[in-house]
Amino acid sequence: MAIIEIKNVAKRFGEYQALHDINLTIADQEFMVLLGASGCGKSTLLRIICGLETATEGEVWIGGRRVDHLPPKDRGISMVFQNYAVFPHLTVFENIGFGLRMQKLPNDEVTRRVERTATLMHIEQLLKRYSGELSGGQRQRVAVARALAMEPDVILMDEPLSNLDALLRMEMRAELKGVLAESKTTAIYVTHDQVEAMSMADRISVMHQGKIVQAASPIEVYRNPAAEFVAGFIGNPPMNFITAKPEGGGKYNVAGHSFDGPAANSELQFAIRPEDMKLSEDGLSAVAKVVEPLGAHLLVTCELEGNLFRAVLDSELQVNPGETLKLAPMPDRIRWFDPNTTLAVA
Amino acid sequence: MTAVATDVAAPGTDSRKAGQYVYIAGVVLLCAWVLVPLYFLLINTLSSPETVNTFPKRFVPEFDMGSLSFFAGFDGILTALKNSILVAGLTMIMSIAIGAPAGYALSRFDFWGKELFRLLILLTRAFPLPLLALPLAVMFIRAGIDDTVFGLALVHTTLAIPFAVLITFSLFSGIPMELEEAAWTLGCTRLTAFTKVILPLVLPGITASAIFAFVISWNEVFAAAVLTIENRTLTAFLLQNLDTSPLHLKFAGGFILVVPALIFIFAVRKYLFAMWGIANR
Repeated sequence: MAIIEIKNVAKRFGEYQALHDINLTIADQEFMVLLGASGCGKSTLLRIICGLETATEGEVWIGGRRVDHLPPKDRGISMVFQNYAVFPHLTVFENIGFGLRMQKLPNDEVTRRVERTATLMHIEQLLKRYSGELSGGQRQRVAVARALAMEPDVILMDEPLSNLDALLRMEMRAELKGVLAESKTTAIYVTHDQVEAMSMADRISVMHQGKIVQAASPIEVYRNPAAEFVAGFIGNPPMNFITAKPEGGGKYNVAGHSFDGPAANSELQFAIRPEDMKLSEDGLSAVAKVVEPLGAHLLVTCELEGNLFRAVLDSELQVNPGETLKLAPMPDRIRWFDPNTTLAVA
Repeated sequence: MTAVATDVAAPGTDSRKAGQYVYIAGVVLLCAWVLVPLYFLLINTLSSPETVNTFPKRFVPEFDMGSLSFFAGFDGILTALKNSILVAGLTMIMSIAIGAPAGYALSRFDFWGKELFRLLILLTRAFPLPLLALPLAVMFIRAGIDDTVFGLALVHTTLAIPFAVLITFSLFSGIPMELEEAAWTLGCTRLTAFTKVILPLVLPGITASAIFAFVISWNEVFAAAVLTIENRTLTAFLLQNLDTSPLHLKFAGGFILVVPALIFIFAVRKYLFAMWGIANR
């Protein structure tokens, strides 16, 4: 039950500006993912919300209360760390109950809540073990259970799945999403993995160089990236870009073909997702360089006017390197970016 | 084809074998270097005074307590032993009380001059004690703590602190910051996070570093000999009587000095390795 408001938060480490004037409001019970490459400031922002780091400027409000001057324990939050941070000298039971014991809850209440969250995370048979006797996945479950047992207003997670192997990560991803939705807490989740972000988030904040570039629903971020960085960062393979010359009257010349574009009569970047193209006689001519059959589809890396240009095609197609493909972009999927501001142009 | 292969392989195995022999011989030699004197010490301590003073020497102990009982009965030795324990105990307490917080600060906080501070800690070992002994003696006389257990413990603490700081620094560094941060988010203050999470994890290592400080003081002879007259520690006492005391007293005294140090060092060896960053677990 908490809305999180981040107002004009900035963070400097000496000369280095880690965060620039961040403004973000996270709704009650929302699952917000902070997504970005390493060093973009996403973890710093999370640590400021948590209270492990102090902002150089700005305010943090949780549930209508200003918290940026409070220590972590008084903020109504709990946190899941990347390397689990399960206390090695305590059993799983005492780990999960640690925060409850700190609140001096009666013994039977501690037992009840520990057992409930342990069951929720499917670790009820591990309660007597120590962290040294657990696998990475089990430790992660203990860490999440420990955070949930606190019944916090807000749960913060810093790349909680990045130390797990791929299969386990996929399993935990789905499970975590279910458990968090059920617990009705507001969640902030930091990751550099766009698949994790897309699959779990209610809303994604894409961060780049200490700024939030776009905060929107996963599908919006994917379909209508607000800036070239988002277009290139989200989606695997990323969006294709080609420089487009204005022809006047909202028409643009893209590799010898004319497309309808924005009214701005200047040079723009034409952008299209690799899967948003069809083979058609009147398409752009691209020479196939590398052909990768990926099973579900065929990834063809082409060259088009000296640029790399990727297309995701039907896996039934036979394409050989050196062949010229005619790729027709779907008109409603074309996006335009201003090369000077790198922002999207409608 | 096979002939060529064996021709090539043979010198390789030969030199590897030779290398192995050298390695084994080296290990045996080093072990002997340490163990043979200790063994002679043991034999002579556990033999009667008569056997100790005769020649040729025996190579098996006869388990006679004569030397040890003579040692125990020697005038002033028990006071010296008591002083040694007191000084070493005080050194242990003071060096941990001062060294452990310094180790924690070094591993957890960034502060101005941190690298210099680390260097300075090591530098305290760079001045030979004989160089410091005279000014120290003068200062101690002026301060009125010359020839006291506390005064000597102060000097020994100075000697032990670099090790206490280094060992505890490596212990605290071996504990991920996240454990402490997790404790803070779970309702701990800095203090309760320390007592509930960090302390239980470092306690064995702290004990080790305390014991190490104890051993440093226990074995130290120079400062003890210079700074005390009446309240001699065992090492200083034995040194003082080196030319006048009989051979079996020296052996028994040496044995009493070596045994606790050996046991303690053996018990805490894991943590001394940790000091050099070889193992943090």
